[in-house]
Amino acid sequence: MTRPTRPASPYPSWPRRRFVGALAAAAAAPAAAQFRVEITGIGGNQIPVAIATFRDEGKSPVPVAAIVRADLLRSGLFRMVDAPGGLDESSRITVAEWRGRGADALAVGSVSRLADGRHDVRFKLWDLVKGEELVGQSHAALPADMRLAAHRVADSIYQNLTGERGVFSTRIAYVTRAGGRYQLHVTDADGEGGQIALASPDPIISPAWAPNGKELAYVSFESQKAVVWVQDVASGQRRMLANFRGSNSAPAWSPDGRDLALTLSRDAVAQLYLMSRDGGTPRRITTSPAIDTEPVFSPDGRQIYFVSDRGGGPQVYRMPAGGGNADRVTFSGNYNISPAISPDGRVLAYITRQGSAFKVMVQELAGGTPSAITDTSDDESPSFAPNGRLLVYTSRAQGRDVLMTTTLDGKIKSRLLTTGADMREPAWGPFGR
Amino acid sequence: MQHTRRTLSTAVLALALGGLFAGCSSTKLDEAPVESRNVPADGTAAGAGTGAGGSGTAQSNVATVDLSKQGAGAADGLLSQRVVYFDFDSFVVKDEYRPMLEAHAKVLSANRSKRMMLEGHTDERGGREYNLALGQKRAEAVLRSMVLLGVQDNQLEAVSFGEEKPAVPSSDEAAWAKNRRVELKDK
Repeated sequence: MTRPTRPASPYPSWPRRRFVGALAAAAAAPAAAQFRVEITGIGGNQIPVAIATFRDEGKSPVPVAAIVRADLLRSGLFRMVDAPGGLDESSRITVAEWRGRGADALAVGSVSRLADGRHDVRFKLWDLVKGEELVGQSHAALPADMRLAAHRVADSIYQNLTGERGVFSTRIAYVTRAGGRYQLHVTDADGEGGQIALASPDPIISPAWAPNGKELAYVSFESQKAVVWVQDVASGQRRMLANFRGSNSAPAWSPDGRDLALTLSRDAVAQLYLMSRDGGTPRRITTSPAIDTEPVFSPDGRQIYFVSDRGGGPQVYRMPAGGGNADRVTFSGNYNISPAISPDGRVLAYITRQGSAFKVMVQELAGGTPSAITDTSDDESPSFAPNGRLLVYTSRAQGRDVLMTTTLDGKIKSRLLTTGADMREPAWGPFGR
Repeated sequence: MQHTRRTLSTAVLALALGGLFAGCSSTKLDEAPVESRNVPADGTAAGAGTGAGGSGTAQSNVATVDLSKQGAGAADGLLSQRVVYFDFDSFVVKDEYRPMLEAHAKVLSANRSKRMMLEGHTDERGGREYNLALGQKRAEAVLRSMVLLGVQDNQLEAVSFGEEKPAVPSSDEAAWAKNRRVELKDK
């Protein structure tokens, strides 16, 4: 199951292998309206796939094929080829006919209800270029997990066609504000299937997933100051991690999940500290006369990237995780904040201020030039998908804070489900749940 | 029939006027003031209610007390002031807040068991975490001022809400100026 993570290039390289040729008939199947994916540019070579509506999926609580199609579209690596209904995993496939439609791959499947109330989701993926079956799977899911089952089908298709793990069955945490109420939500990676982890009359910011995907650290102002909490997502059990004099904020987990880096003002305005996940005495790791905040660990756990205004305006710096000399990482612009590091450690995403606009920037850490990947002006809080192919971030549309995903080249963007509330502070969770 | 109607309407008028001017001892009908909808912005009583007797006060009168206005001379007035505003990108406690901070410092110095929270805030522009730190910096600046005025460090806690709790939830210069602040709160 776990294949070694190959060092991915920061920009999609469109691993196609067997899927060469046949780029005719490019009509993209419209996904269901609620899964609309706004494509703002055409990616390079997208794999043309057909996802037939699953037989009897009407008996399932969710539209399985529509979820799969929207997932694949959002990744930017696929385009949809129309598929007729009435097919399932046992249908005979005429490869030549599908090649004629321009599809390189075809997924067909079915949903059936089991005696114990679960649904059996079966599907088969065809490699139309080679004319052979790539994978056939069946999994039984509780009605409440049907959305997850559909995302897992999409993950399987993604992995079989690209060689990389999909992120469709991962989760995203974010905060909403509506009518003076704040809620910490956990949703599927497409923004659907949302559940509320915390509801409060006071602000909540900076959610951060533990590497095992089971706990969330966040900052809550419920005691009329900023305090860092850790909450078990499944049970709702929560504990205060840092409540020292002044403000406690910006929690970031070490990759092994044992420690958190965070910002405390107990000794100075805002400095970085390390704490065990179990609490205890924090150890100060920066000593500057300036603001140091927004720490994030490099994926190997050896370094911490953070924001400091020690040079005047806020810039991204990097230092050894245990403390030590810091190197400046961002140089263009006088206001660069909210660093996020790709899972392979090669790409930095951050927010820059350009005039009065705030934009998501992406920069290769091995000496690349930063590039803006949005055309919006109120971007905040970029967070990488665990496979490093997408970013989720906050932007503003029609007077609301909305969540967007984008490919790292900025070509494919998608707006996640909106509820009429302001949506902010997204944090993309790890693989597994 | 005609007579009855007339009596009724007179009674209604009397009732209405009685309601309007309850408390006024004598109001001649021909001098009945027209209700003024053009009440001055400062809320002082004018127009309606000052009838022939001259001693009446409009029942709808509301006197505005603006805690954020400077200049009240009495110590009570200074103690009722609890907000320090900051210029854009600034952490300097302006001189005009010295009398107010002195008044609060005096109370805290006289009662060492009294404690106060200093809540720093920023305007909405920029990142939430960085703004949290900037609000903290403002709160710490007020804390240092008050310690210099004789308050013990352990009587004060500087905290920050960053951009999370704007005083004025609009996106313009006027709102931003009201949102860059430190609020003094009893603990």
